[in-house]
Amino acid sequence: MSKIKSLDELRKIKEAAKASTDLRTTGENPDRVVLMVGMATCGIAAGARAAMSALLDEISKRNLQNVSVVATGCVGLCYAEPLVEVRVPGRDPIRYGHVNDARAREIIDKHIVQGILLDNAIIGREVPKGE
Amino acid sequence: MNNLRMHILVCGGTGCVSSDSKAVHGRFVAELAKHKMDKEVQVVTTGCFGFCEQGPIVKIYPDNIFYTKVAPADVELIVKEHVVKGRVVEKLLYHDPEKGTSEAEHRHIPFYKSQMRIALRNCGIIDPEKIDDYISVDGYAALGKALESMTPDLVVEEIKRSGLRGRGGAGFPTGLKWDAAKKAAGAKKYVVCNADEGDPGAFMDRSVLEGDPHSVLEAMAICGYAIGADEGVIYIRAEYPLAVERLRIAIAQAEEYGLLGGNILGSDFSFHIRINLGAGAFVCGEETALLNSIQGSRGEPRTRPPFPAQKGLWLAPTNNNNVETYANICPIILKGADWYSSIGTEKSKGTKVFALAGKINNVGLVEVPMGTTIREIVYGIGGGIRGDKKFKALQTGGPSGGCISNENLDLPVEYESLASVGSMMGSGGMIILDEDDCMVNIAKFYLEFTVDESCGKCTPCRIGNRRMHEILERITQGNGTMADLDELKDLGEIIKDCSLCGLGQTAPNPVLSTLRYFYDEYEAHVKEKKCPAGACKNLLKYRVLPEKCIGCTLCARNCPVSCIEGERKKAHVIDSEKCIKCGVCYSKCPVKAIVRD
Repeated sequence: MSKIKSLDELRKIKEAAKASTDLRTTGENPDRVVLMVGMATCGIAAGARAAMSALLDEISKRNLQNVSVVATGCVGLCYAEPLVEVRVPGRDPIRYGHVNDARAREIIDKHIVQGILLDNAIIGREVPKGE
Repeated sequence: MNNLRMHILVCGGTGCVSSDSKAVHGRFVAELAKHKMDKEVQVVTTGCFGFCEQGPIVKIYPDNIFYTKVAPADVELIVKEHVVKGRVVEKLLYHDPEKGTSEAEHRHIPFYKSQMRIALRNCGIIDPEKIDDYISVDGYAALGKALESMTPDLVVEEIKRSGLRGRGGAGFPTGLKWDAAKKAAGAKKYVVCNADEGDPGAFMDRSVLEGDPHSVLEAMAICGYAIGADEGVIYIRAEYPLAVERLRIAIAQAEEYGLLGGNILGSDFSFHIRINLGAGAFVCGEETALLNSIQGSRGEPRTRPPFPAQKGLWLAPTNNNNVETYANICPIILKGADWYSSIGTEKSKGTKVFALAGKINNVGLVEVPMGTTIREIVYGIGGGIRGDKKFKALQTGGPSGGCISNENLDLPVEYESLASVGSMMGSGGMIILDEDDCMVNIAKFYLEFTVDESCGKCTPCRIGNRRMHEILERITQGNGTMADLDELKDLGEIIKDCSLCGLGQTAPNPVLSTLRYFYDEYEAHVKEKKCPAGACKNLLKYRVLPEKCIGCTLCARNCPVSCIEGERKKAHVIDSEKCIKCGVCYSKCPVKAIVRD
C-alpha cells in the first residue's frame, strides 16, 4: 500500500474497491436487474456454468451497475437448458433458452444495455437451438 | 478481471463468534474449494448484524438471502444447494413465530423493519479488517471533504446544527463540546474516545468497534482537525479483545494509506491515534476518571470545572466523546446537518442504538430513530416477551438508570422523556423484565454493582450506597420495616446530591425508580413478608395441596435435599425446615399440586 496523497487518489481507490463490495449494495437494491441462471443438474449438464461465466465476464467488462447474476434451481424446462431469465423491475420476466457463451453475451449487449429483446431465443416462442 | 458472482457474509461479531461463526466461515472456505468455486464466490467476515438471538448469521449476496442459526454442519448444504444450484435452503431462513412464515430477505423480518442504521451503517456489510471495504462505502470521504472544503469552524458549526448529543448517556450537545475544546487556548490538544463500555447489558460500542472501526478513527481525525488536536487516544477495556484487535488492524492500515499520520491527504493536518487499555473499572467510563486512568493515575473523578475541554488529558484541552457519538460524525459531514436533524424528535436528533437483553424474544442490537416508542422496540422489533409472560418493566441506563413500568410503554424514547419518568437514556442498554422478576431484587442487583464499582472518593457514594444495599438485603430476607423504605428514599436523595461524579449521582436511581413505580412490591416484602414475583427465596414457602396430590412421587425423587416425604398414591408433605426453595418440585409436579406462597 502506498500513501494516499489527495482526495482524488482516495476517490480512485474507492472506485477500485467498489468492485469488491458492489454486489452487496446491488443486492439490497429492490430496483436491480436480476439474471437468473438455471443451475440445477440439468442446467449444469447442459453448460449453464459457461453461460454464467460469460454473463459475469460481460457485466464486469462493461462495468454495469445494478445487475446481478443469481443461480436458481430447475424450472422444469430441462429440454431448453441452459436457461437465463431476465427480470427487470416493473416488466414481465423474459426467459431465454439454450444460452451458450455467445448468446449470454448477446443478452447483456442487446437486452440489458440496448433494451432489445432477443426474439429468436425467448422460451414460449419458436426456439432454435443455439449454434 | 473481477468475476465474483457471489458474496457470503458471515457475522464476526462477538455474539456470533461465541456461537461458532468462525468455524462456519472455515467450512465455507473449505466447501467452496471442494466445489472449485473459491475463485467466483467470496467469503467475508463482517461486523455484527444485530440479530444476535438468531446467530450465527450468514447473508448471501446478490441473492440477498438472510440465513439464521447456521451451524458449521449446515454449510455443506448451503454450498450444495444454494451456491451450486441456486436453491434457497428453506430451513435456515428466519421463521416469523407470529405469522408462521419464513422470510428470505432481511428487510421483511420484523426485527429490521422499523430500524434505521446510521451508527451501525456498515456493520454486517463490510469486512472490518479491510480498509478498502470501508473506503468503498465512502470511508474517509468525510475526512477528505472536511480537509479540502471546510474550515474547522465550519465543521464545528455543522456538528452543532445537526443536534447530535452525546451517546454515552448524559446527552450533552456534541457540537458545544467541540466548540469549547476548539476555543480553549493551548498549543497541544487531545481527542479522546471513550470505549470503556461498562453498563451491564450494553454492547453497542463493542459492536461498532468490531464491525466498523474505521468510522471511529475517521471521526476522531475530523474532530482533531476541528479543535486543533494532533493526537487521539482510544480508551478501551481489555475485556474487549476482538474490538481491540480490529482497532489495531484498522489503525495500522489507515497509517499505511496515510489516512492517519503526518500530512493527511496532502494537507497540513497531522493526526495520530493510539490505544490505551483499561482494566475494566466501571468508574473509568466517567470522563475525568478516564483521563486520570490514561495518565497512569488512579481512576478517580476530578472536580469540574475545569472541564476537560479546558484542562483535560495532561491538563491540555481535550475533547472526549463516546464511540457511538463518533460513529455518527461522518454521515453528518457527508450528508449535512439538515439531513441529520430531520431525523428524530425536537430535542433528540438522529438515531440511537439499543442493546436488547433480558426476557425478550429477539435479543440483539437495534438502531431506531429517536422518538420511537418503547412499545415498538419491545413488541415490534424485540418480538415481545419470551415464553408469553407478562411484561413488567424495562430497565434502561444500566446501574445509573431506572425502570420504566407498563403505564409508560407508549413513551417515545428520547433524553428528556426518559429522564421525566425517573430513568435515563444511558449508553443504551435495555433489559426487559417479566412477571418473574422481583423489582426489589433487581434494584439490589444494580446497587450491588455500583457498591463494588464505587471508587471510594466521596463518602456518600462509598458508604451511603453500602447502607442502602444492606437495607435492601434486609427487605429481601423479610426483615425490613416501613421505616426502611423512607430511609432508602432519603439516603438515595442525599447520595445523589453529594457525590462528585456521575456514578454516585446516579447510583440510587434503580432503587428510587422502583420505589416510585413498584412501591407495592416493596410493601409486600415488608408488610406481608412475601415476594409477589417469587424471586426472593427467603420469603418463599412451598407446600403440597393434599387434595390435588396424586402421590406420583415425582417431586420426592427429584428433590435435591430429600425433604419431601409420602407414600405412593398418597399426599406428600414438604419439610419446610429442610427445604432450600430450589423450585424443582414446583416445576416437576404433573398436576400442579405444589404451590408457592
